Amino acid sequence: MIYRRGQKVLVQGMTGKQGAFWSERMREMGTDVAAGVNPKRAGETFLDVPIYGSAVEATKQTPCDVSVIFIPPSMAKDAIIDAIDAGIETIVTLTEHIPAHDVLEIFARQRVSKSRIIGPNTAGIVTPGEGFVGIMPGHNPNIFKPGRVGVISRSGSLGTLMCLNLTRADLGQSAFIGIGGDPIIGTTTRDALMELDRDAKTDAIVLVGEIGGAMEEEAAEYARTMKKPIVSFIAGRSSPPDKKMGHAGAIVTGGRGGYASKRAALEKAGIQVADTPAEVVAILKQTKVAKMSAAG
Amino acid sequence: MNLEEYAAKHHVLVPAGVPTPEGRVCKTPEEASAAVTAIGPSVIKAQVPTGKRGKSGGIKIAKTADEAASAARDILSMSIGGRELYAAVLIDVASRAPLVLFSTEGGMDIEEVAEKHPDAIRKHVVDIHKGFGTADAAAMLKGLPLGSAAGAVGEVLAKLYAIFQDKDAELVEINPLAVLKDGRVVALDCKFVLDDSSAMRQPDLAKVAAPAKMTALEERGAENGLKFIQLDGNVGVLANGAGLTMTTMDVIDHFGGKPANFLEIGGEAYTKAEVALDLVLSNPGVKSLVINFCGAFARTDVMADGVVKAWETLKPKVPVFFSIHGTGEDEAVKLVRERLGIEPYDFMEDAVKAAVEAAQ
Repeated sequence: MIYRRGQKVLVQGMTGKQGAFWSERMREMGTDVAAGVNPKRAGETFLDVPIYGSAVEATKQTPCDVSVIFIPPSMAKDAIIDAIDAGIETIVTLTEHIPAHDVLEIFARQRVSKSRIIGPNTAGIVTPGEGFVGIMPGHNPNIFKPGRVGVISRSGSLGTLMCLNLTRADLGQSAFIGIGGDPIIGTTTRDALMELDRDAKTDAIVLVGEIGGAMEEEAAEYARTMKKPIVSFIAGRSSPPDKKMGHAGAIVTGGRGGYASKRAALEKAGIQVADTPAEVVAILKQTKVAKMSAAG
Repeated sequence: MNLEEYAAKHHVLVPAGVPTPEGRVCKTPEEASAAVTAIGPSVIKAQVPTGKRGKSGGIKIAKTADEAASAARDILSMSIGGRELYAAVLIDVASRAPLVLFSTEGGMDIEEVAEKHPDAIRKHVVDIHKGFGTADAAAMLKGLPLGSAAGAVGEVLAKLYAIFQDKDAELVEINPLAVLKDGRVVALDCKFVLDDSSAMRQPDLAKVAAPAKMTALEERGAENGLKFIQLDGNVGVLANGAGLTMTTMDVIDHFGGKPANFLEIGGEAYTKAEVALDLVLSNPGVKSLVINFCGAFARTDVMADGVVKAWETLKPKVPVFFSIHGTGEDEAVKLVRERLGIEPYDFMEDAVKAAVEAAQ
């Protein structure tokens, strides 16, 4: 789930307005955009790469490691199952508002495959210095710069702010993993945390969560076993209960999914939880200093 | 041990001096008719120890003796008594699959049952490629003391799963599912939650769904495809993306202020800054405004352009504090600086702090 330079990317829905715009941005940063899918334009060349009728057809000619889904909600299920059938390892699903029963079908199919799904409703993944997949400003050097802090976020906009703040404090990033704002997603906070724990290029982690669900609590269970420092920020502390706060997954119902439970679980696992985004950087700097002085 | 309504009133409330309306216990339609003739217009209520009588048809209004007799006849033939069970099918986030839930302890909240009688709950995660039929239900119910009703209960569970699949349900729940004295199994209540993202392909259900409780401004937001939630604070919020918007509210709260709204113009909505700003400023409580953009997909130059245009039309009196970063940042900052004469803050915390102070 960390993009590496040289990995080939298939763009499903490449010829659409957003697919085309972001394919060019991805390429600006060095992402290897290798092929596109549009059943109506199979055989054409678009942005200098071949367009195929399906992901299955595409991978026969141009093997791809990653696929990114720029497909509207009503057709997203078929596109994702096509990518799974094509044997693509990582499927970055940007689409928001996919019908819930379509999501269940997608995961029933994914469960018996080797594909990993990131999202739905993710803004994508960024590896500064290597490339990005999705709709993040990965090509903007004011926001992302290479370094050793890994960032996990359910939200794209808040994840962008966190990376901007890190870059301004001269703390570069090893990877940004946007997991998505939906209640049912393929790569959870815990999955992303495990990946960054294993990653030799990551020294510290910023975990950006939000109200709703139990993913932060699950991640905290794993975090207890980790040595790498983690700083967290959880959005939604002042949000009223029983209202969906923009993301389908961000809702507190029947007292579950609330801020207090998440903060308590993270703190119990030894993670410092910041009150504002700027405080995340302040804590992280202390953590690094503390680590260095302990080592010295 | 529960007391029925009539017993509770006459043996607990009346002796304690708590006023109660006049009432009589009737065992036949004729008695009900006579009682209404004597008392006047009344409410006919089934006397059963369950909290959901109204929903199951156990409460009816009678203005005349004839209406009373007819209402009593309906209610007496219901025999709400017997046993109350719980049955539901819902989307289980943890397993990313449908979950069938059943409990012999119906009539109360399932969370409460899970706490007090965890053994009374049976769960079955469904493989959607295999489905869930009466054989699966029988296996699920095996060993539970359902007696001769087991078959009928199993049929209800299988039907409930079919409804869940066909109707794009997030949740379909029967509580209580009653086993009547004559052995019939009857749904006395039903809760159904339609998946928001499936409203387009379930137009009939979407039409009859209870309208969400919205303020006039929230309705205006919805009509324009904007997620606007009105709150009781005085610092207005306009930001892109759900995460950043919630965070802006949190930081207002952190610095001792109170947010006046949630309004995000992320995703495709980033072109709607003009109508969004109008919405935020129409909230009468707003004394200052924070505009916080951190663009990824959403272009801050497009959003800033909408804000500037709306500002020039509306000419609002409230002070506004900006923080702008991300896609299109240079053009956006230039627009705000040149057209509105306002210098955006470098950190959102500083913009929020200034807005909180201005609102006081």
